[in-house]
Amino acid sequence: EARLKTVPGKYSTSEKPNTLTEITNYNNFYEFGLDKTDPARNAHTLTTDPWSIKIDGMVDKPGTYGLDDLLKGVTLEERIYRFRCVEAWSMVIPWDGFPLSALLNRVGVQSGAKYVAFRTLLRPSEMPGQRSRILDWPYREGLRLDEAMHPLTILATGIYGEPMPKQDGAPIRLVVPWKYGFKSIKSIVHISLTDRQPETTWNMQNPREYGFYSNVNPQVDHPRWSQKSERRIGGGLFAKRVDTLMFNGYGDQVAGLYKGMDLKKHY
Amino acid sequence: MTLSQTINGKLRKLPAWPLYFFGLLPLGWLAWLIVTGDLGVDPVKTLEHKVGKIGLQFLVATLCVTPLRRFTGVSLIKYRRALGLLSFFYIALHLMVWLGLDIQFRWTEIGADILKRPYITIGMLGFAVMLPLAITSNNLSVRRMGAVAWGKLHKLTYVAAAAGAIHYMMLVKAWPLEPMLYLAGVAALLALRALWSWRRAAARTA
Repeated sequence: EARLKTVPGKYSTSEKPNTLTEITNYNNFYEFGLDKTDPARNAHTLTTDPWSIKIDGMVDKPGTYGLDDLLKGVTLEERIYRFRCVEAWSMVIPWDGFPLSALLNRVGVQSGAKYVAFRTLLRPSEMPGQRSRILDWPYREGLRLDEAMHPLTILATGIYGEPMPKQDGAPIRLVVPWKYGFKSIKSIVHISLTDRQPETTWNMQNPREYGFYSNVNPQVDHPRWSQKSERRIGGGLFAKRVDTLMFNGYGDQVAGLYKGMDLKKHY
Repeated sequence: MTLSQTINGKLRKLPAWPLYFFGLLPLGWLAWLIVTGDLGVDPVKTLEHKVGKIGLQFLVATLCVTPLRRFTGVSLIKYRRALGLLSFFYIALHLMVWLGLDIQFRWTEIGADILKRPYITIGMLGFAVMLPLAITSNNLSVRRMGAVAWGKLHKLTYVAAAAGAIHYMMLVKAWPLEPMLYLAGVAALLALRALWSWRRAAARTA
C-alpha cells in the first residue's frame, strides 16, 4: 500500500518513538484475543475496505460517510505521542491523523450536544474475540465534547506513514494521548453526539476500576495496581521504569479541561 | 501383577535426580530466548509470567501425586520433593523478576502494592508459606521433625497452591479461560483432600 502523505504536527514529543515492530506486535485489542501478541496474529482477517462511519445524534448532517469521503481534503499530520496503557506500560507512537474537531465541525455539532460516543465494528466472523463474552460487544468509548474538540485529540489512519495496521485499529481509530490507552477506541464505525454521558465498555465491565474519564493520573491508583510509574516498552530486559506524569505529560494543554473537578472522584 | 505394580516396579529402578535436570530445562530455554532476544516486545512481562506459570504448574503437579496413587495405584511419591522444590525455585524466580526487573526495587511502591493490592498480598502469602516447605524438603528435616509433624507442616502446600491460582486469576483483566482452568484444577485437587479428610473423620467416629 502507498505511504501516507503527512506533515509534521506541532504537538509531537521529541522522545524516541518505538519501532513499528514493537507497536504492531504488542497491544491490546480484545476483539482479536487477550494476549498482547494476539492482535498481530489474528487481525489479518479483518476487512477494512470498504469502510464507513455512521455519524448521528445531535449533528446537523447525520449520515453514513465512506472513509474516502471523510478523508477528502484532510491534511494528515504526524503526531508523536506518548501512549500510556492502564496496565502501567507505555510506548511512544508516531501517529498519522487529523483533529477529531475537524470532522465534528464538518458534520455540525448541535448546541445541546455534550458528549461524543464511539463504537468499534461488530463482526464476530472476522473478529474472533467477539465470539466469546469477554466484554459486552461492540466496544464502546466516549468523550466529553470539550475533550473531543481538543486539538490533541485525533483520528489516526496511520503509523510511521503506513496505513493503520489492522492490529492497531485499522482503518481509523481515536487517539487521546492524556488518557489511558483503552479510551483510544479502534476500528470506529459509529460516532454519535449526545447530551448524556455514554456507556463505555471497560466502565460497564468494572466501574470501580475504569472510570469514564480515565485520565492518566499517578495519584489515583488502579484498585489492583499502582499508577505511579510505568515500564517503557522497547528498552529490553533492563529498561528503566519511569515515573508516570499527570495527564501523561500533557497537563499544560489539558489540565484546564478539568478545573474544579475532583479527579479522585472522576477517575 | 497389575499394571500399576509393573509401573511402580520400573519406576523404583529410576533415580529421582534427573527430574531436577528436566525441570530446569524450561529455564534454559528462557535463558536462550533472552540471549537471542526472542522473548518478544516486552521481555520483562514475558519472563515474569512464564516463570510464574511454570512454578504454578509444578505446584499443581505436586498436588497430583497423591490422587494419582489413590486412583490408579501408580506412585510418583519419590518425585514429589523434586516437583515441590522446582515449584519453589520458579516461584522465587518469579518474585525476583517482579522485584528486580519489573517494579525495580521501588520500595515505597512495593510496600504499598503488598499491603494494598490483594493479588500481590495473596501472591506474597503463597511465597511466604513455601519458604518453610522448601527449607524442610530434605531427609534430615523429616527425621528431626518426625513424619507426622513434617506432614502437617507440608499441608501448607494447599495454601500455596490456592494462593497461586487466586493470584493468577486476580491479576488478569476480564475473565479469560486459562487462569479459570488453573483455579478450577486447584479447587478440585483441594476438594479431594477435604473429602478424604471428612471420610477419615467419619470412619473414626463410626
